[in-house]
Amino acid sequence: MTVETKSAVVITGNKAAAEAARLARVEVVAAYPITPQSPVVEALAKYIETGDLDAEFITVESEHSAMGVCIGAATAGSRVFTASSANGLAYMCEQLSWVAGSRLPIVMGCANRAMSAPWSVLNDQQDSMSQRDQGWIQLFCRNNQEILDTFLQAFRIAEQVKLPVMVCYDGYILSHTVMPVEIPDQEEVDAYLPPYAAHTALDPAAPRNINPVTLADPRLNGEGVLCHGYMEFRYLMEQAHQEALDVIVKADEEFGARFGRRWGGLTWSYQLDDADTVLIAAGSLAGEATISADMLREEGVRAGVLGLRAYRPFPADSLAEQLKQAKRVIVFDKSLSYGYGGPICMDVRATLQRHKMATDVDGYIAGLGGRDIKARELAAATRESIAWAAKRHAPKPTGWINLQL
Amino acid sequence: MDMTRPEQIEIRWHGRGGQGAVTSAGMLAEAAYYAGFKGVSSAPAFGAERRGAPVTASTRLANATLRHFSQVENPDMVVVLEDSLLVTANAVNGLGAKGYVIVNSHLAPEELGLSNGFRIATADADSVAEEIELRVSGVIMVNTAMLGAVAKATGLITLEHIERVLNHTFSPKAARKNIEAARMTYECTRCAY
Repeated sequence: MTVETKSAVVITGNKAAAEAARLARVEVVAAYPITPQSPVVEALAKYIETGDLDAEFITVESEHSAMGVCIGAATAGSRVFTASSANGLAYMCEQLSWVAGSRLPIVMGCANRAMSAPWSVLNDQQDSMSQRDQGWIQLFCRNNQEILDTFLQAFRIAEQVKLPVMVCYDGYILSHTVMPVEIPDQEEVDAYLPPYAAHTALDPAAPRNINPVTLADPRLNGEGVLCHGYMEFRYLMEQAHQEALDVIVKADEEFGARFGRRWGGLTWSYQLDDADTVLIAAGSLAGEATISADMLREEGVRAGVLGLRAYRPFPADSLAEQLKQAKRVIVFDKSLSYGYGGPICMDVRATLQRHKMATDVDGYIAGLGGRDIKARELAAATRESIAWAAKRHAPKPTGWINLQL
Repeated sequence: MDMTRPEQIEIRWHGRGGQGAVTSAGMLAEAAYYAGFKGVSSAPAFGAERRGAPVTASTRLANATLRHFSQVENPDMVVVLEDSLLVTANAVNGLGAKGYVIVNSHLAPEELGLSNGFRIATADADSVAEEIELRVSGVIMVNTAMLGAVAKATGLITLEHIERVLNHTFSPKAARKNIEAARMTYECTRCAY
């Protein structure tokens, strides 16, 4: 931290997201309200109405249409913003794949909320997890300042690698909780985030196909030029994700140099250097885990936390490097791949196996449908995991925190 | 009354849906930020709120940036917008032995029937709100008034900090009325410690 701390405003995560979109000078906003995301777009509608943001707010009848409008606007060269949660995000499903495949740098907020049924408006991360494989970059935030800063970074990342970015932040726990947030100066943001120069901008002087129909193999177009087949397009999309691993880190470094705040790039850590027991999670849950690590350290357990900022692309190599000294990893997931286990846990296990590391990895499911998670519960789960390893040789089944059956 | 500032203070608000507990909990966080607390947060207890049902909100004040935002379960202070909630919502549940209990009540602190170990303060915010006609849709509002009681009972924030919050939250006319309510409630707060 080299820059002196400025005075902050005390606002919700949703307000921080809206402030970021305003500062990014987005040109088109299209969104449909859903709890807990609604206040983001309400705030943006107000900024546009009062002239604080020079943008078009396009009202739509559904999330599917909202993303359809975003696709059109982004293709024509606008910087575009939208946000949703849970059922709304699911309703966008088809369009999400279209955005990524079209390589449009749309940035959206996902105020994480449980998927129905049963009905719940409260937090978990099943919604964004259910869209994990659509080709979007997914970034997680641990507090409201990180929400604002991550959205600004997201536009930069998206426009550089030509991939859409979903900025995920826990519904209610962050979206509706007030805390101090420093609002950067507009000139500084402008310098960090120059206007979007679209790679898809339409030009009558140079006509081209947008999203051509592909066949299984490359083929010649009408002018005799050999064009990519579907697999080539998709391979390039994956290459962009791999490239994003560096771009996300650089975007955070350059943000830090300009604004005095860095968030760790792909991951962040707490008390990790000498930790043999590492707690892993994404979002506000990982922040809670840092309190658990304090509790465990008081008992003599060398605990630390590794928080995921980037979930896709998955920072596998970085994780393996940082977990070298760990004997035991406990992963807390706020979502579930039904029939197997926590998705982050599975990714961590696969990463360690690939790097030929014999670290124990136990998984816990936590906080589904808004079940409040206390630091003491994460600490208790960690103790349980340690005790299991001491007594049993069979793999520990996935644990469920504070299950009340 | 000054309180030696600990590393972190956890506060739980009790009110009924429509009384503005969540709003004033957020205002306390903001006022405390102006008072120099570096890390503040305020979160509603999440659920499908409805008018009249007991609701809570959690406020944390700390000297460093906060790292966790779960609901407060062992508060150092509870602020109760209606004294019936002491019983119906067991508002002192989990409260530390020397915790603050700050209640909107016409009763004296000793008359609330609470454990002697608590630091109890009462303020008749209902009467204040009645007197200056602080109403929303016909219903008297005591949430901002009770910020004055918190200032008097704990010294964690001052009336000036509250004023600053109210001035930028409300229109000038509404702000004046709410500031007056906080000031009058500050004056009539009785502390039994």
